[in-house]
Amino acid sequence: MKRPGLLTWLATGLAALPGAAQAHLVNSGLGPFYDGVLHLLQSPGDLLGLLALALLAGMRGTTAARAVVIALPITWLLAGLIGLSLPLIPELAWLSTLSFMLPGMLVAVDARLPPVIIAALAGGYGALHGLLNGSTLTTMGAGVGSLFGIVLAALLLLLLVSAVVVPLQAFWARVTVRVAGSWVVAVGMLMLGWSAKSAA
Amino acid sequence: MYFARLFDWKPGFAVLLVTIALWPLAAWAHVASGEAGGFLSGLSHPVSGLDHVVAMIAVGLWGAQLGMPALWILPVAFPMLMAFGGMLGLIGAPLPGVEVGIALSAVVLGALVLGRVRLPLAVAVAVVACFAVFHGHAHGTELEAGQNAMLYSLGFVIATGLLHGVGISVGLIQRWDLGGRLLRGAGALVMAAGLYFLWGAAA
Repeated sequence: MKRPGLLTWLATGLAALPGAAQAHLVNSGLGPFYDGVLHLLQSPGDLLGLLALALLAGMRGTTAARAVVIALPITWLLAGLIGLSLPLIPELAWLSTLSFMLPGMLVAVDARLPPVIIAALAGGYGALHGLLNGSTLTTMGAGVGSLFGIVLAALLLLLLVSAVVVPLQAFWARVTVRVAGSWVVAVGMLMLGWSAKSAA
Repeated sequence: MYFARLFDWKPGFAVLLVTIALWPLAAWAHVASGEAGGFLSGLSHPVSGLDHVVAMIAVGLWGAQLGMPALWILPVAFPMLMAFGGMLGLIGAPLPGVEVGIALSAVVLGALVLGRVRLPLAVAVAVVACFAVFHGHAHGTELEAGQNAMLYSLGFVIATGLLHGVGISVGLIQRWDLGGRLLRGAGALVMAAGLYFLWGAAA
């Protein structure tokens, strides 16, 4: 029988390597900053809220979009820094759900809110999720680096989505945005049902 | 190297494939898992029952016949109303005659498309809302445990919306004379399917 070659030994060794247990914050392998980025990208609830806010701001024009792009990351970061020093905040699934349902509903009904109100909504959303993120990151052994990753990813998503929506003038394009808002609300309603079912 | 001989591969490539196949997976103990399963499961749920599919598409067909503003109001309102029904189903709120209501939705919507009936907007929305709650309630009570709830819901809502999109897109053929007649024929088919579902629900 032919003796196994170097490649075979190497392959066997690699196959036998144990995988690390990723018990907490998702591990990108690129450090805490990218762990934070990946954490946000793997949090569909947070993404839905950001999507709804970006759609809402984009529908109301450049001023509103700029205000949201400034207000949300700043409040998210400041609240996150405060949250890092807090003990773990109990999971508030219903509040997180309502926080993305509200902007989704405003998109669906095409609410003509002034930019300052939209920025305040975005600020409230950022503050809530910053606090929740901050307190959770501490328990996961992550810190400011991951928080920066989360906030920067949120900023980029807001920028990209609102920049796509702002120039939309065609009737059908704006209807599509409103339909997307209604989908966000629908997901929220189902999530409220899931939460109630789980709690029962 | 059986595989190498079988497929005429170089041994090194075969070893590489075996290595990939045997690669140990890391234990993701707490990071959310089952995302793809949850999303795909939610995406496939609304299309898993013909009674739901027929009714969802019929809403789009009727919306296309009604024209503006129903054409866009129905797809905006329906997902929210159906999710409301789903929420009722999830929390266990009773709704009698769900299966009959679902079958009736296909009968009524099919008849409306067949007759090209133009109801006032508020009445049209009320009709669709009523049926949406029935469909949502049925989905809500059938939702499987152990899924990623958020992604399941997302897939579920997207699939429902896309079914409306299919109905609206098909409904646009009514711009042509022949298309209008074909659309009414589609309404007859929906109605016939609804009667079959009704017979099944009543039996």
